[in-house]
Amino acid sequence: MRCSHTIQALTLSALALLLGTGCDKDGKTIKIATQSPLSGATSVIGSDMKAGTQLALEQLSGPLTKMGFKVELAPYDDQANPDTGVANAKNIVSDPAILGVVDHYNSGVQLPSSEEYHAASLCNISPATTNPKVTERGYPEVNRVCGRDDVQGAVGARFAKSKGIRTTYVLHDKTAYGQGIAEYFKQEAEAQGMKVVGFSGTEEKANFDAILSPILAARPDCIFFGGMFDQGGVLFKQARQKGFKGMCLSDDGFDSSDAAKIGGEELLEGAGTYFSTVSGPASVYPDTAKFIADFKAKFGGTPQPYAAQAYDCAAILLKAIENAAVANGGRMPGRAEVAKAVRALQGFKGITGAITFNGKGDLVEAKYFVIQVSSPDPLRWAGNRIDQTLTIVPPK
Amino acid sequence: MPKFMTRWPGSARAPRGGARGGTERAVPSRSYQILLPIGQMAVFVVGAGALCSAVMLALALLFRGGRADHLLQATQGLGILAYTVNNLPQVLIDGMTIGFVYAAIALGYTMVYGVLQFINFAHSEIFAIGAFCGVECLIALNGLGVLARAGALGACLYLGLALVIGMAGAGGMAVLVERVAYRPLRRSPVLVCLISAIGVSFALQDLIRLTESLTTGQFYRVIPTFGPFDTHLTLFRIGSRVIDIQVKSVVVILAAMIMLVALNYLVGATRIGKAIRATAQDKQTAALMGINVNAVISLTFLVGGALGGAAGVLYALKFTRIDPFVGFMPGIKAFAAAVLGGIGNLTGALLGGLCLGMIESFAGAYLGTYTMGAFGAEYKDMVAFLILIAVIIFRPHGLLGEQVSQKA
Repeated sequence: MRCSHTIQALTLSALALLLGTGCDKDGKTIKIATQSPLSGATSVIGSDMKAGTQLALEQLSGPLTKMGFKVELAPYDDQANPDTGVANAKNIVSDPAILGVVDHYNSGVQLPSSEEYHAASLCNISPATTNPKVTERGYPEVNRVCGRDDVQGAVGARFAKSKGIRTTYVLHDKTAYGQGIAEYFKQEAEAQGMKVVGFSGTEEKANFDAILSPILAARPDCIFFGGMFDQGGVLFKQARQKGFKGMCLSDDGFDSSDAAKIGGEELLEGAGTYFSTVSGPASVYPDTAKFIADFKAKFGGTPQPYAAQAYDCAAILLKAIENAAVANGGRMPGRAEVAKAVRALQGFKGITGAITFNGKGDLVEAKYFVIQVSSPDPLRWAGNRIDQTLTIVPPK
Repeated sequence: MPKFMTRWPGSARAPRGGARGGTERAVPSRSYQILLPIGQMAVFVVGAGALCSAVMLALALLFRGGRADHLLQATQGLGILAYTVNNLPQVLIDGMTIGFVYAAIALGYTMVYGVLQFINFAHSEIFAIGAFCGVECLIALNGLGVLARAGALGACLYLGLALVIGMAGAGGMAVLVERVAYRPLRRSPVLVCLISAIGVSFALQDLIRLTESLTTGQFYRVIPTFGPFDTHLTLFRIGSRVIDIQVKSVVVILAAMIMLVALNYLVGATRIGKAIRATAQDKQTAALMGINVNAVISLTFLVGGALGGAAGVLYALKFTRIDPFVGFMPGIKAFAAAVLGGIGNLTGALLGGLCLGMIESFAGAYLGTYTMGAFGAEYKDMVAFLILIAVIIFRPHGLLGEQVSQKA
């Protein structure tokens, strides 16, 4: 008896669910999806990417609302895991209301997931994925508002050279992202005449003793780490504790306030800790003052890196959908039209600068930064000193 | 029936002594139970260190004049032999530190195996829970501001408090896990318990994650910097090179040694220990002799869990950052260490842990140089486990396992 009650309840809820999703199919609801790590090691960044998108939808969906559309956010958690990302992507493409995706923190997740978007002609703009392959595939749906690792690695190497570094040890985390950037760094470092005394990868997250012994024995001026802050922070801290006095240099994966939490005071010792990145702190861009204030008011904290970029991704998608809808006579536009409309935008005025995509989906001009960690307090991460700002055209 | 600790000092001679009833006659003096493990540790540390160093020096001599030697001459201006010798003290210290941590975790695996003959895969999460309890305690103390004001002695006391809390949390969780997930399966095949253990392992990982995100909203917890633990003690000098050891490495080694001696004493020289050994030998007969087998098994989990928890706090002290999945790698390695030493054998767990720590440290430090970067430090685990496989092939019961395999 009890069993049949359960079945009834289940059937009812399933029906309710069906009806609920049925309501979306009136052709008047437009969804923007986000895919970012909302749980796990890098959730600090992923959650703010979602928050940035949410803020953009709340502030900028006015024109679409006036045309009679209802704009909604559909957040997905990719857990920084390629499998989860692809599974989510399959769900996303099967929801016809979703016309655009603000997607992924990790290149390793973006690459397989975007194959799904590509197959469904679904436009996606990434605030943070920097692996060259993301756009080198030439998919018309794939875009990004940040720079690329091949340029970023070279920026890091040239920066080290400018600080008088002569020898460097290169370590990476064996991911597509970390190893990729480490190789670009090594290439440019050698081209600049620096000596690369070692190059190796590790998945170690806690005990760097054995890895550091040969590094310290080689006495490099600089340790470069290609990878994320959760490894990099610990590595640099333990290197300092073992008496390393040279420069610690990393990449945009290091750009999270958790790096300060993990690395602590040690990051400021010796020749200091620097990282190259493709996104400055939100405050570096001229038009972000209002964004930062709104973000603080709504989510209670300074935005993490890439939140402003996510805001711009959503803004571009909304504008492109609006343009496509106008061209479609006020009706819901198709996915391919949205993708075309995104590429057609010229000099879109986002909060991080004017945005125009080239034929591959890269920015025609991207900004790169080298930032010095200047406080062990995670709350003051956004106040880190910017050492260099460069504007570079992506390689052909 | 195996085999557990039957050659544990004292008990080995028990049958020949013709001991009846509860006479303690066959048990050697209590100071022997304390001195013996200290002696064993010294022998194991020196032995494993000397063996690894000898192999390494032999390799260095073999590689002299080779391409790796020339590369080193070119980049660092010293030969491969000098390089190996220069790095040796640091590598030995690192290997010993991590070895003792592995040993402390491995004891938890081996104790449970001795009593129940299955691998408690949830032990790596028990370790993580200990680490989280201890670190949260220290973070709370830091929030109150007492850590910053504490002197050297005070810092040690606070660390001691964190250790006790970590041990209590981990031990309590281990007992709970046994009661909930293993006791109902006591009469099922061992494989069923194994599956249950794997399930518990995943559940505990996410339980830590859930608790942390509900209470602190953080994924990573970082142990506060306090006391003299980060400073270096100079041991000696080789030319211009200073060989030093971090205070916290000393703390890790000392704390692990004290725990191992205490455990040895508990199992070898007390009535409770006797009950544990009796249960390990034969549960039914032990029950007939009036031993409360369930209580003894709970106790085994409590002790093993507490050791794992303390190892967790020490691990956090040494490596500073923990997350809910922190237990996985040390757990797997400690399990391997227990098997290497001979699972079910407490002395074996100690030896296995130290050997694995040493091999790992040596492989990590020298592999890259000797292979000229073809195999970097990332292959240290591969080397360590290849050696482990080789040992297991020739000694399937582990390094010391054979000694204890007598029919109970």
